[in-house]
Amino acid sequence: MSALIEAEGVGKAFGGLQALTDCSLSVAEGSVSGLIGPNGSGKTTLFNLMTGYERASRGEIRLGGESITRATPERVFALGVGRTFQITRLFFRLTVLENMLVATQRHEGWLRSVLRVAGSAAERVRALELLEFVGLSGLAARPAGELSYGQRKLLELATLLVADPAVLLLDEPTAGVNPTLINQLTERIRELNRAGKTFLVVEHNMEFVMGLCHQVTVLHQGRTLLTGTPEQVRADPAVLDAYLGGADDDDL
Amino acid sequence: MRLRPPARALLVATAVAILGVFPLIFSSPTSTSIAVFTLIFMVAACAWNMFAGSSGYIALGHAVYFGCGAYTLTLLANHLGFAAGWGVFALVPVAGIVAGLIAVPTGLIALRARRHTFVVITIAFMFIFQLAAFNLGFTGGSSGLQPPTPLWSVDTYNLNFYYVTAVVLLATFVLTWLVRRSRFGLQLLSIRDDEERARGLGVRVARVKLSAFVLSAIPVGMVGGIYAYFLGQIFPQFAFDPLFDLSIALMAFIGGLGTLVGPLLGALVLESLQQYFTVQYGSSQAYLIIYGALFLVVVLLLPRGVIPSLEELISRARAEPPEQGPEEPGRTADTIEAVR
Ligand SMILES: Nc1ncnc2c1ncn2[C@@H]1O[C@H](COP(=O)(O)OP(=O)(O)O)[C@@H](O)[C@H]1O
Ligand SMILES: [Mg+2]
Repeated sequence: MSALIEAEGVGKAFGGLQALTDCSLSVAEGSVSGLIGPNGSGKTTLFNLMTGYERASRGEIRLGGESITRATPERVFALGVGRTFQITRLFFRLTVLENMLVATQRHEGWLRSVLRVAGSAAERVRALELLEFVGLSGLAARPAGELSYGQRKLLELATLLVADPAVLLLDEPTAGVNPTLINQLTERIRELNRAGKTFLVVEHNMEFVMGLCHQVTVLHQGRTLLTGTPEQVRADPAVLDAYLGGADDDDL
Repeated sequence: MRLRPPARALLVATAVAILGVFPLIFSSPTSTSIAVFTLIFMVAACAWNMFAGSSGYIALGHAVYFGCGAYTLTLLANHLGFAAGWGVFALVPVAGIVAGLIAVPTGLIALRARRHTFVVITIAFMFIFQLAAFNLGFTGGSSGLQPPTPLWSVDTYNLNFYYVTAVVLLATFVLTWLVRRSRFGLQLLSIRDDEERARGLGVRVARVKLSAFVLSAIPVGMVGGIYAYFLGQIFPQFAFDPLFDLSIALMAFIGGLGTLVGPLLGALVLESLQQYFTVQYGSSQAYLIIYGALFLVVVLLLPRGVIPSLEELISRARAEPPEQGPEEPGRTADTIEAVR
């Protein structure tokens, strides 16, 4: 399996604060990879670098071998990388279905985008299928702001799927979500993965990570400590150290 | 408003019919003159709202495009030797295009910033252009400029201006309606709600924002040209007027920011009131007190503007049985319709 998206020797400083010092990570095509680490270890920052929201101070990010280190978020998405946010972000005043139509990846000129109605019939049908897939089709006409926390997470995932990205980066998808919806989410990710989608998931929920991920990378104080199978990672003394030193050890 | 399509069509047809016959019924020069000013502001508020209401970027410098339209029409009419009459109206689209061209660099600069900084930059542009109009040679400085004055009778004078502005208003309304139902319009709304997230979904925000900005400047420039021609004179402080910016924003706010007809309603009420008071009590700025009072009333009682509050009332009145449970599946065809 070849690397679909990878970071090599990536560093990022915010003023004097070195959020990431040396980060290398490689997500194999067709895999579900996990990224774990204590709070503040730089997981979200790494996501921001990989999706163009922040510029790496050093190192390189590649997608399918091509550098995307300096690409904008718009560009990264167009190249097939979708992401969710740790704090769920939706267009709260738009309806659930409208949220789904924003991402529609139709390559059209500006004039056409002004003259044509948003969402062709085919796009609407597809959007509703995906809403069905995440169990939200009954809410299509409701404002996204009315959804529960867990439903928001599911919708955020669904809005990415509209554009059929090759890689999905999920930042703490189960945080604050009730167990039923977590199971539903796990199932959806498995199913999408079987259909060929690649995932990189930041998680604190170790049960979720161990059950889902083919490989796990551990981040600690801005450095990637190691990458291995979930079993290897769980048994590694350095990982235990990192977690025992930090908060959230009861999550392990 | 969420009316059924036939009801909507009927409403639009009625509005257009009223627009057509109004000056024939209320034909005194006073009322037709008020009507022309009102239409000018309806165009401006509608166009402004297409950008600001949809994107959430509260621009307070559209007087730049109004003034540029006014000066463009006047300068071209004078220097190209246009005879006073219908011919000068051919310069109205040119005024719009020039305003649009000026909106490209100014928009590029202002849209690099967000929120308050954006607002401040647009206001600054307005004052820069006013200062330039005072000081550049070709604008006539503080003594202003006079476009040619058509030799129409008082009645036809107002009527001609009325119908030209009415056509611009219809075109502007169609434009905002097209934008509202389009993918481009949806992208603007997504920028209003969460710009960073929109970027992450592939929305090319810089391009979308700038093109909406430019698109909204064009009708404003056109009515700027009409305004100068109608008044027969143009001065820097009226062409580039901070009160113009506040007025159109207020009109949109009161009617309902981001709604299709709200800004039209706001402009209709506010501008006709203002003109009426000016006619009745001389050109004082007493109308500003009324503006302020109205604004307070709307902010306190109908914080989202008149149209959204009305919509809410209607939908509450309609939904007598409790709304369907959130988890209810299916009803696909219905939901597709509902979202249109
Ligand atoms: N925009 C920013 N400006 C300054 N510091 C930041 C910024 N983003 C993240 N940081 C800092 O970088 C470190 C890593 O944060 P983050 O990537 O959010 O960690 P994690 O997601 O692993 O909890 C933290 O110390 C955080 O305060
Ligand atoms: Mg984080």
